[in-house]
Amino acid sequence: MGVYILRRMIAAVLLLLIVTAATFVVFFLVPRLAGATPDDLASRYVGRTASPQVIHQIAINLGFTDPMWVQYGRFVKGLVLGAEYSTGPTTVHCPAPCLGYSFLTQNPVLPDLLDRLPVTMSLAAGGALIWLLAGVLTGVVSALRRGSVFDRAAMGVALAGVSLPIFFTGLLALSVFSYWLGITAPGGSYTPINDNPLRWAYDLLLPWITLAFLYAAAYARLTRAGMLDTMGEDFIRTARAKGLPEHTVVLKHGLRAALTPILTIFGLDLGLLLGGAILTESTYSLPGIGKYSVDAVVNNDLPKVLGVVLVGSIFIIVANLVVDLLYAVVDPRVRH
Amino acid sequence: MRTNRRAAALAALTVFMLAGCGGPGPAGANSGTSGGIHNPSDARGGTLRYANSGDWDSLDPADTYYAYSWNFARLYGRSLVMFKPAPGALGATLVPDLAESLGHPSEDAKTWTYTLRPGVKFEDGTPVTSRDVKYAVERSLDKATFPNGPTYFNDVLDLQGYTSPYADPDSDKLGLKAIETPDDRTIVFHLRKAFSGFDYLAQTPATMPVPRAKDTGSKYRAHVFSTGPYLFQTNELGKRFTMVRNPQWDPATDPHRRPLPDRITVDLNVNADDIDDRLLSGDLDVSVEGSGIGPSAQGRVLGYQGRRANTDSASVARLWFTALNADVAPLDNIHCRKAVLYAADRAGYQRAYGGPTGGEIATNMLPPVIPGAQRFDLYPSPKHMGDIAMAKTELAQCGAPNGFTTGISYRAERPKEKATAEALQQSLARAGIKLEIKPYPLADYLRLYAGKPDFAKANNLGLIVYGWGADWPDGYGFLSQLVDSRVIRSTGGNTNLGVRDPAADQMLDQALVTTDPVARQQIWVSIDRRVMEDAFALPGVWAKGLLYRPPNLTNVFISDGFQMYDYLALGTERR
Repeated sequence: MGVYILRRMIAAVLLLLIVTAATFVVFFLVPRLAGATPDDLASRYVGRTASPQVIHQIAINLGFTDPMWVQYGRFVKGLVLGAEYSTGPTTVHCPAPCLGYSFLTQNPVLPDLLDRLPVTMSLAAGGALIWLLAGVLTGVVSALRRGSVFDRAAMGVALAGVSLPIFFTGLLALSVFSYWLGITAPGGSYTPINDNPLRWAYDLLLPWITLAFLYAAAYARLTRAGMLDTMGEDFIRTARAKGLPEHTVVLKHGLRAALTPILTIFGLDLGLLLGGAILTESTYSLPGIGKYSVDAVVNNDLPKVLGVVLVGSIFIIVANLVVDLLYAVVDPRVRH
Repeated sequence: MRTNRRAAALAALTVFMLAGCGGPGPAGANSGTSGGIHNPSDARGGTLRYANSGDWDSLDPADTYYAYSWNFARLYGRSLVMFKPAPGALGATLVPDLAESLGHPSEDAKTWTYTLRPGVKFEDGTPVTSRDVKYAVERSLDKATFPNGPTYFNDVLDLQGYTSPYADPDSDKLGLKAIETPDDRTIVFHLRKAFSGFDYLAQTPATMPVPRAKDTGSKYRAHVFSTGPYLFQTNELGKRFTMVRNPQWDPATDPHRRPLPDRITVDLNVNADDIDDRLLSGDLDVSVEGSGIGPSAQGRVLGYQGRRANTDSASVARLWFTALNADVAPLDNIHCRKAVLYAADRAGYQRAYGGPTGGEIATNMLPPVIPGAQRFDLYPSPKHMGDIAMAKTELAQCGAPNGFTTGISYRAERPKEKATAEALQQSLARAGIKLEIKPYPLADYLRLYAGKPDFAKANNLGLIVYGWGADWPDGYGFLSQLVDSRVIRSTGGNTNLGVRDPAADQMLDQALVTTDPVARQQIWVSIDRRVMEDAFALPGVWAKGLLYRPPNLTNVFISDGFQMYDYLALGTERR
C-alpha cells in the first residue's frame, strides 16, 4: 500500500510539471505565434499612455525577454527554493513554495490562494454533503418506486436541475429568497466558520443549495440507473431468497454495489470544485478560488493562473487517489 | 476612462451593454448636465456602502488610472488641485486643494509654482510639506514599480535622466532637479516643454503627498497614508476595505469637502448583476465604477415609474467612432473618405450602442460634456440616416463612381462594435461601398492589429471601429492621443488610427502654450473642425451611462469632472 501511494505521488509531481509547463506554453507561445514581442505582452500590464521605454522596462522586470524555458525554470525554482522580489524601496523574500507575484496587483499569489481556499472548501463541502444525501436518496427511492408519481416528479426536477445553469438559478434564488423574501443572506456574504459557525452556514445556505441542485440532479439520475441495474442482478434475488430483510437487501447489497461508479464521479467532481466553483462563486460574489481564477484569466495574469492551475490539479490528483483507495473499502473485489 | 485591459472586461459587462434595450430613450432619466442636486442634505453620519464588480488597479495614488478611482481618491488624499465637487459643468472646473491657488505659470508655461495651504496633516498628525508632494511625484515616475498610473509627469517634466527615488543617490531621495522645494510650502515644477494645461496634471492623484518614511513601494497600496477626510481602517486587498473619519483632517484647511458619512465600506469583485440587484433592494448604495446599470437590470429600472425617477443619464467624455485610414487606397483620397461620411447611417450607429440610452448621435469629435466643445455637422443628412446622393457625388470626384471595397475591423469581444461594423456595411452598401468585416482580439487590437500601421495597411483596414474616453474633460485629454500625427509609432500600439494633418499638429502645439483657458478651448474646437473637414474619422456616439441612485442616498449629483456621481459629496439617510 505504501509503495502504491509513493508511486502515485511521483506520478503526481510529474503531472504537475507537465500541466504548469503547458500553461506556460499557452501563455507565451500562442501570442508569439501571432507575432507578439515581449514588449507586446508587457503592454498589457501598464497604463494606457506608457511609452515604449516604460513598456520595455516592464518586459524586462517581468522576465519576458528571457527564453521561455528560463522563465519556466525560474517558476520551478521559486516553488522549490523561494525567490526575491523588489517592491521598489526594498526587496522582499518570497519563501518556498513561492508562486510569484501577480503581474497586475503585485500581491503574492500563494497567500491570496490560501486566503481564498477556506471559502471554496466551505462551499464545496457543504454543497457536496447536500447533493450526495439528496441525490442518492432520491435516486434510490425513485429506483425502488419506478414509474410512480414520486419517480416521475423527481426525475423531472432532476432534468431541470441538470439543464439550468447556475448563473440563472443562482441569481433567481438571490432575487427571490434574499431580496424579495429576505430570508437568506444577500450576495457577497461570507463569514469564516471559526468566526461564527451559524453565520457561516446561514451565509452559505443559498450557494450550497444552488450548487447542490445542479449536482444532486445528476447524482439522482445516476443512482437511479445504477440501482435499477443492480436490483435486477442475481445476487439480489439470492439475498431475498435467503430471507434477508428488505432494507438490508437494498442498502447492503444493492446500494453498495451501485455506489462504486458514483464514488468515482464524486471524487472527480469534488476535486474539480475545490479547484474553484467558478460559476457559483461568481454568481454569489464569494471570494473563493473560482472567482480568483476568472479574474486571473480575464487579466492575463500568469502567476495567478499558474497558482490556480497548480492548486486545482493537486486537488484533482488527491481526490482521484482517495477515490482509488476508497474503492478497496467499498468493493472487496479490488482489494487484491 | 481608460479603455485597455481590465476596463475592457468590465466594459463588456457594463458600459457597452449599458443600453441593452432599444426603443424609447430614458425620458424619465434626469439629464446629467442639468446641474441639480438630488436629495440635498447636510446630515452627517451613517455608513455609505460601495461595491465594485472588479477591483481597483491600485489604491496607491501613484498607480491608478480609472476615472472612478480618481474621483474616490479625493476621500483619502489631497492633490495640489482638484475638480470642484459641484454638479454639472461646475464639476469640471479646477479648484485649489492642497495648494492655496491654481498653479502660477511662467510666461512660457514651462515653470509652474504652487504654494501649499498651512495646517494640512497626515493621518498620524505629521504636517504635510512640499517635500512630501515632491516625493509622491518622484515615486509615480517609477513605472517599473507602479505600471498602472498615467505617464504624464514622465512626459512633461524635465527629468534629466531621473528614473525613480528608489534609485536616487540623494540621501533624502529628493534628487529630481525638475521639482524644486525652496521652502516647506512652495513647490516648483520645471517642464521640458510648454504645457498650458498643467493644472490638470496637478489634479491627478500622483500629487497626493506620500510620507517617505511610510513608503513601501508596491506594497503601499495596502495602507495608503491619508491626508483626506477618511483613512483606511481595514484593507483586505482584492476583497473589501473600510474607511472611517480621519481625526487629523481639519475642515478649516479644506473649503471644498463636506464629508457626510461616518464610515465607508467597499466590497470588491462583486458580481455585476448582483450589484444592480443590491442597489435596487437597498442593500447597497453606490456602484463605484460609475459605468451605470447593466442590461438585465435596465428593464426593471426603466419599466417602473418609481425607479425610473431615481435614475440619471450621465453624459460621458467618450466617443465611439470609426477611424478612416488614409494609408489604405482609395481612402487616401479625401473625396472617398467624405463619401463614407455622407453614406454612413448614424442612427444605425446609435442603435448599435443601444439607442438613446447608450448615447447621443455624434456629428463631430469632441464630446459635448467637455468644456468649450461645440456641436457642428459638416456631413448633414435627414434624420442622420445618410445622404446617398452626396456620397455618390464625392465618389465620382474620387474617381470611383461605382464605389469601392475596403475592410472594417472591430474588437471581437465587443458585440456593440460588431453591430456597428454590420450597420456600416449595410448603410455604405447603398452607395456602392463594400465592407469586408474583420474582427481582431481585444487585448492586442492596438499593439498587433488595427493600431499597427503596416498591419492595417497590409490587411486593407480602411475603417477601424474604436472608442476613446478623455482622461479628464478637456480638449487636450481627449484629442492629444487621437489626432497628433507625431504620436503614431510604426511599432504599433497607436490610438491615433490615421489622422495625419500637419495643421492639426501645429494647432495642438499652439494650444499647449496658450494659458488662457477660453482661447485654448477655441483651439480644440478648431482642431475638431479641421479633422472633420479632413474626413479622417466617422464620429458615431457620444456615450451615456444610466446611473441609479437608491432613495436613501443624499447629496447626489453628477459632476462633469468625472461624469458620474461625485463621491466627495455623497451621504446616506440610513442610520
